[in-house]
Parts: sequence; C-alpha cells; structure tokens
Amino acid sequence: MSSSLLSLAIWVPILGAFVVFAAGNAQNLARWAALIAAIAGFAVTVPLYLGFDVTQAGMQFVEQRAWIPRFNVEYFLGVDGISVLFILLNSFITILVVIAGWEVIKDKVAQYMGAFLIMSGVMNGIFSSLDAVLFYVFFEASLIPMYIIIGVWGGPNRVYAAFKFFLYTLLGSLLMLIALIYLFLASGGSFNLLEWHQLRVEMTPQILLFLAFLVAFAVKVPMWPVHTWLPDAHVEAPTGGSVVLAAIMLKLGAYGFLRFSLPIAPDASHYLAPMMITLSLIAVIYIGFVALVQLDMKKLIAYSSISHMGFVTLGFFIFNQIGLEGALVQMISHGFVSGAMFLCVGVMYDRMHSRQIADYGGVANTMPKFAGFFMLFAMANAGLPATSGFVGEFMVILGAIKFNFWIGFAAAMTLVLGAAYTLWMYKRVIFGPVGNKHVAELTDINSREFLFLAVLALCVLAMGIYPFPFTEVMHASVDNLLKHVAVSKL
Amino acid sequence: MLNNFIPPDLYPASAEIFLLAMACAILLVDAFIGAAQRWITAALTLVALVGCALITYQTMDGQVVLTFSNMFVDDLLADFLKLMLYLAVIVVIVYSRDYLAARNLDKGEYYLLVLFATLGMMVMISAASFLTIYLGLELLSLSLYALVAIDRDSPRATEAAMKYFVLGALASGLLLYGMSMVYGATGTLEIGGVSQALHLGVANKTVLVFGLVFIVSGIAFKLGAVPFHMWVPDVYHGAPTPITLLIASAPKLAAFAITMRMLVYGLFELAEHWQSMLMILAMLSIAVGNLVAIAQTNIKRMLAYSAISHMGFLLLALMSGVVGPDKHFALNAYSSAMYYVVAYVIMSLGAFGTVLLLSRAGYEAEHLEDFKGLNQRSPWFAAVMMAVMFSMAGVPFFVGFFAKFSVLLAVVDAGYIWVAVFAVMFSLIGAFYYLRIVKFMYFDPPTDAAPITAGLDMRFLLSVNGAAVALFGIFPDALVSLCTYALLRSL
Repeated sequence: MSSSLLSLAIWVPILGAFVVFAAGNAQNLARWAALIAAIAGFAVTVPLYLGFDVTQAGMQFVEQRAWIPRFNVEYFLGVDGISVLFILLNSFITILVVIAGWEVIKDKVAQYMGAFLIMSGVMNGIFSSLDAVLFYVFFEASLIPMYIIIGVWGGPNRVYAAFKFFLYTLLGSLLMLIALIYLFLASGGSFNLLEWHQLRVEMTPQILLFLAFLVAFAVKVPMWPVHTWLPDAHVEAPTGGSVVLAAIMLKLGAYGFLRFSLPIAPDASHYLAPMMITLSLIAVIYIGFVALVQLDMKKLIAYSSISHMGFVTLGFFIFNQIGLEGALVQMISHGFVSGAMFLCVGVMYDRMHSRQIADYGGVANTMPKFAGFFMLFAMANAGLPATSGFVGEFMVILGAIKFNFWIGFAAAMTLVLGAAYTLWMYKRVIFGPVGNKHVAELTDINSREFLFLAVLALCVLAMGIYPFPFTEVMHASVDNLLKHVAVSKL
Repeated sequence: MLNNFIPPDLYPASAEIFLLAMACAILLVDAFIGAAQRWITAALTLVALVGCALITYQTMDGQVVLTFSNMFVDDLLADFLKLMLYLAVIVVIVYSRDYLAARNLDKGEYYLLVLFATLGMMVMISAASFLTIYLGLELLSLSLYALVAIDRDSPRATEAAMKYFVLGALASGLLLYGMSMVYGATGTLEIGGVSQALHLGVANKTVLVFGLVFIVSGIAFKLGAVPFHMWVPDVYHGAPTPITLLIASAPKLAAFAITMRMLVYGLFELAEHWQSMLMILAMLSIAVGNLVAIAQTNIKRMLAYSAISHMGFLLLALMSGVVGPDKHFALNAYSSAMYYVVAYVIMSLGAFGTVLLLSRAGYEAEHLEDFKGLNQRSPWFAAVMMAVMFSMAGVPFFVGFFAKFSVLLAVVDAGYIWVAVFAVMFSLIGAFYYLRIVKFMYFDPPTDAAPITAGLDMRFLLSVNGAAVALFGIFPDALVSLCTYALLRSL
C-alpha cells in the first residue's frame, strides 16, 4: 500500500512552523496559525490509525524513494503496530502543548509555537523512518528545537539544563552513528533497517553494536545511571517542553530498543538481558525512593518518569508477549499521564510561580475543579485500576512473574512506591488547610485549562477501561518481533 | 634552438590568463579613480571573477589535458574546485565592502591582492608539477601576507602579518626542500613523472620518504594542522575580519588540491607512509582544535581553532584511502575529503560573514558576547548563524553533518573504527563551543541595541549562504555526487 500519509505527518507541522515564524510579532496570528497547523498535523495522522491493518505484522503506509544515492540512503518511511500509536500520540500532544502555551507564553510566541511544531514533525520522522540515516538525522535534529525551548523559555538555571540535555544526548547518538556506519559496511552497502534485521552478525560485534545502541537509547530513555540530565531538563523547561519531553522524547529511546537493539542484535540482547533487567529494576526501585524525597514537584514527576520508564525497559527484556505489550501500553499511558501531570504543575506554576511542594497546601479549597483532575492523574500515575497507568504496569508485572517470580516481585514494588510518592505529594499540595495567603488567592482553572485537562482525563480513563483498541494494533507486530528475536543470528 | 620551440596550448589555462589580464587592467583603472569611485574597482573585480567562472565552465569537458610541458593540468577536479573558488572569492568581496569602507581600507590594493591570491590558488589547483605548485603557493602566500597587513596602522595586524610571513616562509622552505628530495630521487618534478618513477621502483625509497616528511610538514602548515597550527589563531585574530574571511575559506580549497596532487597523484606509492603521518596530524588537530576552542573568548580565535579541528577531519578523510593497485579503490576517501572541504568553505563563509555583519564603523564584533541577543536584534540572521553553528558541530539537517558522515564512513571503511570513535568524541566536545554561540544569540538579552546596518547585497548573499548550509543538508546528494564524479574523471 503506497500513500504519502507519513510524509504529511512529518512535513505538515514543519511547514506549518515556517508559516508561524512568518507571523513574527503578530502574537495572536502566530497562536492561531500554530493551532491550525497542530490540528492539521493531527488530522493527517488519524487515517494512519483508521486505515491500519491490524492483522499485518509488517510495515504499512510504506514510502520509499532515493534520497542520497551516493551512500544508498533512502527516504524510506513505514509504520508497524509498534510505531503507529506514537505518531498519533505525538501529534495529539502537540495540539495540547499549543493550547497550554496559549496565554502563558508572552515572549517570542511565534518562535515558541514554531519550535514545538518542528519538533512534532521531526519526532514523527523518527517513529516512521526505516532507513538508518534518515532515523539518525531526525533523531539528532530533534535536539535542536528542544535545546532552544529549554534555553529560551526555561527557568533560572535553563542554560545549564539546556547544555546538559544537548551534550548528554549527543554523546549517545554519536556512538550510535559509528554503529550505523559499521552495519552499513557489514551489510554490503545498505542503510535499510528491514534488511539489517535479517543480517547475520557474529557475537562480538553484536555485543559491541548492542552497547553502542545502548548508550544512545539509555541516555534518551533515560536509564539509571545516565538519567541525571532529565530532572534538570524537566525542572528548567517550560511546561510545554516538559510535556513533550516526558510524553514523547523519552519514548524515542525505548522505541530505539525495539527497532534497533532487539532485532539487529538478538543474541546480544539475550546475553545482556540480566544487565538490562538489573538496570531497569534499579530505575524502578531506587529512583522511586529518590522521587519520594523531592521537594520540587517537577523534579518529583521527572523521577517518577524515570521510574516508569524502567518498567518499560524491564518489559522489553523479559522477552514475552504480555511483558512487551505491557511495556508499549505503559509508554502510551505514560505519555498521557506524565503529560497531564506536568500540565497540572504548569497550571499551578502559572499562578504561584513556584514549584516547591512546601509553598502549597490546601489548594483543593480554592481550586476544586483542578483538584479533581489532578487527583485522577495522580491516581493514574500511581497505577490505580481503571486508569491507563494500571494496564501497562499490570501486564509488565504479569510478564515479569512469568519470567521470574522475584523479578516480578521487585517490579511490583513500584505500585507501593508510585502510590507513596505521588499521593504524598498530592496530599501535601492539595489537601489540608489553606497553606498561605497566595494559595488563598488562587483562582480555579479557566475554560482553556479545563479543555486540555478534560481531554487528557478522557484518554486516561478510556485507555484504563478499554485498552483493546491500543493492544489490538500492536499485537501482530509484537508477536512478529518476539519470534524474530527468539531466532539466533549466529 | 628556436625551431624546436613548440608554443604551449594556452586553451586549458585561459581562465588564469584572463584573470591576469583583468588584474593588470584593474591596476591601471584603479590608478586613475578616486576613493569615491572605488565601486568601479569592486565591480570590475567581480566581473573578472564571473568572467573566469564562465571561461572555466566553457572549457570544462571532462578530459584530463596537460599543457606547458606537463606542468599545468586541466581536469574536472580542477574545474570544480576553481568554480567553488570563484564563488568563495565573490562572496568574500561582497561581504567585505561595508567593513572596509567604514575603516578606510577600501583601497585598490585590496582588490588586486585578492585577485592575485585567487590567481595563485588557481595555479595551485591546476598544478601538474612540483614547481607549479610552489609558484602558485608563493603567489597566494605573498598576497596574503600583504593583505593581513593592509591595515598598516594596526599593530596587531602587523604583528600577525610578521608571524604569518616568517612561519609561512619557513613552511615554504620545508616544502621546497622536500620537493628537492623527490627530484633527487626521481629525476623529475612532474607529478606524473614522479608517479611513474615510483611505480617502476627505480627511485631511492629512503630519500623519498625523507622528502615526504618535509612535504607533509609543509602541507600541514598550509592547512593549519597541529603541530604546525600556531600561526592560525594569531593570524585569524590579528588580520582585519574580511582578510580572515578570505584566509579561512578559499585557500582551503587550494590546499586540498595540492595535497591531492602531491600525495595522491604523485606519491601514491608511498601511501602507507603518508597515511600514518596524516593520521597523527589529523588526530592531534581534532583533539587540540576542539579542546582549545572552548577556552576562547574571541570569536575569530574560536573559529580559528574550530578550523584546525575541521582540517583534522579533512586529513582524516585523506588518510583513509584504501591502498590498492588502483587509486579508484580510494575514491570514497578522497571524494569525502573534497566534500568536506567544500562544505567547510560554505560554513566558514557564513560564520565570518555574520561576524562582519555585526561589525560596523568603529566597532569590531569580535567577542562572543557581541552575539548576545542576536535573536532579538535580527531573528533571521540569528537563524543563519545558528544553522552555521549546528552545521559546524555536525548536527543534521545541515551540510556539516553529511560532511562528517561521509568522512566517518570512509574512516570506518578503512578499518579504523577506533579513530572514528576518537573523532566523534572530540566532536562532542566541540559541540559545546558552537552551542555556546547559539546560547548567546538565543538565551541572552542583547547588550548592544544598535540596528544592523548592512547593505542589501550582503544581506541577500548571507541569507543565500545560510540557506545553502541548510539546503545542502536536506538535499546532500547533488554536492556529494558532484565531488565523486569530478574525482572519478580526474584520478
């Protein structure tokens, strides 16, 4: 099936961004143009879901044409059940980010909106690239808008956070570049990912390739111990930046494992699985404890993200269907939940200009509607049944117990820890008597804020109650991936 | 005796002859006009360069033609590099006008020296004999020494010119000494003849390798590779910015050409020797250039160290040719080197162009802080500079990424994965100082609120330059294929 839907998903937001840039100082025009571009960007991704053939494991909506014939690089796009949902999620979150920044951003509005639109297109490119160079180009290009977003609209320590974010991520991707070049030469001159999946590689190179990919993707996920850039980036980034970072960018690393590490180096993946599982469990448990002691709400959610992403990598490396699907569901769910949590913190920050838990208390008295939404998202973050957070965690824990009881047991700790840090924060911020006169002066959410929180709340509930539309899409591809990984390449 | 004289075929050298004639004409014209009509000189200079471009384009036929008793060659490699050269010099002239006029440096000498430097570079590019290479190189170098000192009241520029001259003369001496060794061993100065003699194995290897060391040292000096780099930051810093712009751009093309001619065309049989030398030079340049650039507070010095690291990448590509019976095996390496140097020239023009854009009468935008808040003063030119900086750092979608990519591909192909890892790790370190410029432009408020007062021609050309950095990054194939094709037809 040939179509240009994926190209549209990439280039509509990017071209929209240039229109927005052209608006210059006309702030309202820039806002409306950005909203239209974001909605158009989402609209072109909807047919990807509607037209998706769930019985097929292979790539769909494939586009393939020459890009750099000199190096046999192709403009090769396609999605399978693993990647298609992320494109929708990404385009969807972009709309929310535009709405969330509507009144809050007053400085260089056109550039702010444009940067997010470019990022949206670039990240769609990452999820749909089937050519390694194309993937790499998008993967690295996504750093530029995020660097600018953190640095220009961020908090007081934004410069440090922006540099740390950029250099940390670049470190990983440069090693991956060498790995890609090695694979190009090993495969006799091809950057085609699907061909690489079939390529036979000896054990030693497999391990080296796996490690090179690991550096790139572990930084992005981020896995312990290369996670330290994330709390800094989250704390300093503007609300929209945090949302995109948590909801989409972290998924890039995890997606990379599925697209590169597992299928290209299956033997190394099995061989190094104990290490990966250990790192994941450290992220789940240790970072969970770290989250517990945070004083800054954004930092707390950032650590909670690392902990949840540990769950995702755990799901990948136990190599069973329910674990892997659970990890994917967890990724999508985390996209909604962490995005919503950051938006909630943003709502409070816009009013109080503080993210310190100690500055709040009794917000429920002055912002009852907001408190209701925040409650739902906090519960989802803690993994309460009937919210999307539960589905993924439960599936991963089931898979882990199948694999090894004690690993499952350790992973299940997250239910306790997640509830502890999220609800304790919620209690300190929302409940109790009104903390101080600033809290007493708070006004409840306006209709714009109500809109994006309500939309996210619906998503969280819908996915928690009836996850089938999500799992149905990924089923065939996950099955295929596991079969592929089970076959040795030696 | 006279009867044996066969007049040389002048046709392949018609562009050089035209440029020389135009330079003489401009010299005469300029003597009769005052400062107010200096635009005539500038216009004539541009006409001369455009004329050269037309002639080169007309005479481009893809054949390898030797003339002047095998001392001069016209092949596709030469044609392509010359066209890039004219383009670079035209851009230099347009960028420099406002700056020079504001400082009373807009003299006829400037245009003439630039033209003679261009002629020198053309001769270098088309050289088919060691002697021709030396002639071209000296014509270029002497013009550049004088250009650096063109602001004769500036002690800093004079000091830079002295340094450049003394060290440059030493390097020329080294090169000439190396050439004499090669002549002693092979009995010829023609590059084809040297290659032939080496192939037949009649030459004394010890003498040759001894000479090779001197030749490589000379080349390394001209490229500014570590440890022969000390002049680069001082000259870049001391020279008036338009001269820095010139030194940082076009001569890299000529230096690449003579490296190709001498090492790959002439001394290919000694490849195993010079490849290991180049590898040491390359790795040192990448390491030192990137590390020391971090410590710079002056943008011109920072770009000088950045140039050193970029030349390291160029040498990396040159050293990774696979040694085989046929030079075509090494095509990937040499075409990536050529692509790198062309990409570097485009980026370098953009970077120094922005520095010139921010300078105005009585004010040099030399410090990194001068870029503060550029995004508020001019979002468009901040975007241009950002594209150039990210491109130099090797971040896609910009031309610099594909340049680095093709070099790394050649390096890994040659089996030096660890060298590639070394190079990318230092690129990571290098990314820091490019990001710092972006930080100044975007994250900081402006300290200097003066409006940007550049002519329309410069604004237009700088915009095109920035667009080229992005467009060659999004559609890299045209440039990569051109480089490959030009080399393929010339090897």
